[in-house]
Amino acid sequence: MITVDHLTKTYGAFAAVDDVSFQCRPGRVTGFLGPNGAGKSTTMRVMVGLTPPTRGSVTIGGVKYADIPNPGRHVGVLLDASAQHKGRTGREILRLAAMTMGLPGQRVDQMLEVVGLTPTESKRRLRNYSLGMMQRLGIAHALLGDPQVLILDEPANGLDPAGIRWMRSLLKEYADRGGTVLLSSHLLNEVELIADEMILIGQGRIVAHGDKAALLASRRGTATSLVTSLDNHALGTALAGAGFGVQPRGHGLQVGATTEQVGRVALSAQVVLTDLRDGGATLEDLFLELTSTAQRDAIGATS
Amino acid sequence: MTSTPLTPGTPPPPPPPPPPGAAQAPMLNVSDTSGIPFWRLVLVEFRKSYDTRAGMWLLIAIGILVGLVEAFVLIMSLVHSSQVYLTDFGFIGTGLGSLLLPVLAVMLVTTEWSQRSAMVSFALEPRRIKIVMAKWLVAIVWVLVTLVVMWAFAVVMTAIAAVAQPDLTSWSGTSGSLPAFLPTVLDQILTMTIGFALGALLLNTPAAIVVFFLYWYLLPGVLAAIGAIRPWLAHALEWINFRVAMSPFLDGSIHTGEQWGKILVSAFLWIALPLGFGIWRILRAEVK
Ligand SMILES: Nc1ncnc2c1ncn2[C@@H]1O[C@H](COP(=O)(O)OP(=O)(O)OP(=O)(O)O)[C@@H](O)[C@H]1O
Ligand SMILES: [Mg+2]
Repeated sequence: MITVDHLTKTYGAFAAVDDVSFQCRPGRVTGFLGPNGAGKSTTMRVMVGLTPPTRGSVTIGGVKYADIPNPGRHVGVLLDASAQHKGRTGREILRLAAMTMGLPGQRVDQMLEVVGLTPTESKRRLRNYSLGMMQRLGIAHALLGDPQVLILDEPANGLDPAGIRWMRSLLKEYADRGGTVLLSSHLLNEVELIADEMILIGQGRIVAHGDKAALLASRRGTATSLVTSLDNHALGTALAGAGFGVQPRGHGLQVGATTEQVGRVALSAQVVLTDLRDGGATLEDLFLELTSTAQRDAIGATS
Repeated sequence: MTSTPLTPGTPPPPPPPPPPGAAQAPMLNVSDTSGIPFWRLVLVEFRKSYDTRAGMWLLIAIGILVGLVEAFVLIMSLVHSSQVYLTDFGFIGTGLGSLLLPVLAVMLVTTEWSQRSAMVSFALEPRRIKIVMAKWLVAIVWVLVTLVVMWAFAVVMTAIAAVAQPDLTSWSGTSGSLPAFLPTVLDQILTMTIGFALGALLLNTPAAIVVFFLYWYLLPGVLAAIGAIRPWLAHALEWINFRVAMSPFLDGSIHTGEQWGKILVSAFLWIALPLGFGIWRILRAEVK
């Protein structure tokens, strides 16, 4: 439904988004993941015509966003919940959007109820909203026009655990009814639970793409185990002697071998193991590794 | 779906091939949706002009200021038993209006940027020019409302004077005639539009207001000073002095093509040029 085609956005010599292409399909939640400054928000702004692309294009269901008549009725957008006049009440903000889209006034009350903002809260001015309340209002704003496509930039930002769970089920149901959802995040755990498909972006480039199983399967070639023993030094020497990569990790070792291989080496080296488990990469490891060139920590550590 | 993992440093994978069936990728059916009618955008922008405390208070302040100044003039006239003309109040009102309405126009444009609500406005209506035009129309509505309120004040003040000192009160103008109504309205709209244009050009409330006041207070003096150097300079500068160029139009003494030419040239400089660049900037700006 959303087709990003060789999208590039440069600021001077710096490419915030660099030749990015992907698709989001109806009935699926697509997670857009990347570290800070990876280019997620920039890509999403281009999608809705707020940022002109340098090269490439984005279409939604084959139509450019700017060519969609009354786009709020087709595409729900939440880019920055705080980008509203701070002196307006929450209800007034929704009301203006409903007026613009040509929706009846009771749609506002419906949406306030959906996102769990009480009538008294809805009459407060935005400057007096808590972060989570503002976020709920932003979600209500995106859902107002009953769109087929949702583009949400960090929708869980500031939501409490109950709120995050609520949002998860809301988006899941929305996708099950055939809607297309693209949501960005830098919180992997959050996306892992809802996204049917994930797009990993680092430094403006897509570094991996696929569903969770496919992403993890791609790492199978490099088995790792975590092992702790009564004599890590002897075990490490034996493992290295057997040709496996060994690195200290915590109280034990991380070994580039299967648990069975580690067990056999330990047996022959006569070292007592106290802990041995599969250290296969989690999605988080994968994420950190793939985006590591873009990680501020990694840059700081290696330079 | 496949994924292509990377080791840091290697070039990224080619973009994933489009999934099977990409050719018949789901289409968005927009055929039975009509665009947002312009009048609805005008209504929305009108509502936005008074639904915040800042907007509401600016409007109230304009009303209060006009009322206060006119009441002050009335009291002074009564105290000094001087002649009171209906048009005097009208002039005071329009004078204040030319200062305050441009500020209102500036804020109609710039608050979208300072509050960042342009992100929402332009996402809901990507044809940005329609929103800009709707805002301008709203500013015109407020010019008209203000003029009506001003004249209502003027009538009330004159009526009070007529009761207090019937012999010294005149329901006509100083020169015996009311100032031409349409030129005044047009002048107020054009002056407001200068504020609107500066707001669009600078997209910053204080900067636009400061530049407007520089234009309003400083420019005539500067032009006069430059003009004092050489008579031919003074002559040439008349072509870029919009306020001076407008005065024969306002008092009905406009006759020559040169006078009209001066209005057109100076209006182009002070209205069309900044407005054109301002709109161009708004249409192209990255909104975030
Ligand atoms: N006007 C600009 N000039 C220069 N660089 C810019 C400009 N706008 C954005 N950038 C840069 O583009 C990059 C991408 O920013 P973007 O906001 O898209 O990141 P993000 O993935 O949304 O990050 P986060 O997770 O922190 O929200 C950043 O490095 C940012 O500094
Ligand atoms: Mg972002």
